[in-house]
Amino acid sequence: MEKAVRLFIFCLLLCGVAVTTYAGGPFGVDKRRVIVEGSTTVLPIAQAAAEDFMRQNPDTDVTVRGGGSGVGIASLIDKNCDVADASRAIKEAELEKAVGNGVSPKAHVVAMDGICLIVNTSNPVSALSRKQVKDIFSGQASYWSDLGGKAEKIVVISRDTSSGTFEAFGELVMKGAKVRPDALMQASNQAVASTVSRTPGAIGYAGLGYVSSEVKALEIDGVRPSKESVLGGQYPIARPLFMYTNGTPEGTVRDFIDFVKSDEGQKIANEQGFVALK
Amino acid sequence: MLRVKEKLYHWIFAVLAFASLFFLIGISIVLFKEGLPIFQKVSFFGFIFGKSWYPTYEPAEFGILPLILASAWVTFGALLVCVPLGIGSALYIHEIAGTKQRAVLKPLIEILSGIPSIVYGFFAMAVMSPFLQRLLNLPTGLCAFTASLVLGIMAVPTVCSLAEDALGFVPNSFREASFAVGANRWQTLTQVVIPAAGSGISTAVILGMSRAIGETMTVLMAAGGAAVIPKSYFEPVRPMTATIAAEMGEAVMGSSHYNALFAIGLIIFIVTFAFNIIAEIISRKFRLKLGLAR
Repeated sequence: MEKAVRLFIFCLLLCGVAVTTYAGGPFGVDKRRVIVEGSTTVLPIAQAAAEDFMRQNPDTDVTVRGGGSGVGIASLIDKNCDVADASRAIKEAELEKAVGNGVSPKAHVVAMDGICLIVNTSNPVSALSRKQVKDIFSGQASYWSDLGGKAEKIVVISRDTSSGTFEAFGELVMKGAKVRPDALMQASNQAVASTVSRTPGAIGYAGLGYVSSEVKALEIDGVRPSKESVLGGQYPIARPLFMYTNGTPEGTVRDFIDFVKSDEGQKIANEQGFVALK
Repeated sequence: MLRVKEKLYHWIFAVLAFASLFFLIGISIVLFKEGLPIFQKVSFFGFIFGKSWYPTYEPAEFGILPLILASAWVTFGALLVCVPLGIGSALYIHEIAGTKQRAVLKPLIEILSGIPSIVYGFFAMAVMSPFLQRLLNLPTGLCAFTASLVLGIMAVPTVCSLAEDALGFVPNSFREASFAVGANRWQTLTQVVIPAAGSGISTAVILGMSRAIGETMTVLMAAGGAAVIPKSYFEPVRPMTATIAAEMGEAVMGSSHYNALFAIGLIIFIVTFAFNIIAEIISRKFRLKLGLAR
């Protein structure tokens, strides 16, 4: 019996510890908390910014989670997070739902992202027009020889249809045309880049930050993708990245957003392979 | 006092035992609740037999025939790998191998089941697909063949250990009787032991199948992910599980796309549920046949 009682008390204690830790715990009672959630594209910026922000403001606690733009915005609508990262603008349906829930999402542009078309380093093709890219991805062109390359079948690599990168690509390049159904689907920028680096006839697209010497980034409409050309507006396939807050941010949330937009925060975005706003 | 203690334990364990039932019911309710609304958008047959999956376009198309067929192809391919390997190794371990070999082989096969599926996926993506691509001169190594091969290897431990259990249920008297009438080892194995363990072995195969059909990470990484009706094992395909895994993160909550993904989950759930029930029925009959039921 004594054993059982002890076990019971132990369990109670365990529950107690779990609850207090979850609620901020005896060690973090006074911490100012910010929860950031959403797009995996924005994730590296948010994560690195959160680390620096917490180092400078030891009384704050910034939690960063991924999950995707849709997850982040849904979480903001449900008031489960303070900042929603998104690689796309909020959708009409989401906005309606937010208003219905008493949430008014406010967008903050935190960086720019250029989407590069990448091919295998063995591919002689080094420039395409946006029209040609559209033809490749919609299935009008199937061989590299049609585009001045080798007599090789084009292996088209796309992203999962609900990723922010896919959506931005669809908007900026495909303009409503459907991506050929036999395109390979990869679930992350990194996976696209590594598949392209291993497949001689492949073409894929990924954020500027994921382009390395393992793959070759193509000139589009005669413009080399680079930080300068994205920011200057010459490079045609670029998009803004957002952080959404509920209304005009206040307190710690405002401090965090301001930090991301500051010179220091923008330096972080730069280091993560995105294009800083200043 | 002792009675109170006994009752307390009784209740604690009863709650624990019923917890899984509670989870099962909860998951089924959520699957139905989130999945069924899609059938207001598309008909049931339009969903199952539709040929194009364009969930985020305007107008959206929710046809999952390519995904169903991809799952079926990949699962069938996996069976071709895991059935001979799994049953073969079970037969060897249980009927032929000596104690020393068994002591090494059995834990090794069980370790195979302990490898996380993402590691298998990574292996398929980084090692096998480039290799197969060069070997067979394919445009890409991420295809149904690679996925089947890896899924098959992953299902081997399931098939092997269940088939071994089935062989263990065959009473030794069967073997002794067979030897007594002058049959050799091979004849005993093929004509007495395997038929006696037959339905137990089919249970193993069915459960291996449901393991393969539900596997997600590996197919997401290795199958290529093209949502087309498969024409050849050497082309990229996209099984149902991979679709859910890739798209759920960014689907707008409560949208048709979200409901469609749940409906796909529902279909996988029903299929694996049916497999498991069939396996259960067969194995019950099998025990009856060998006089082990109770």
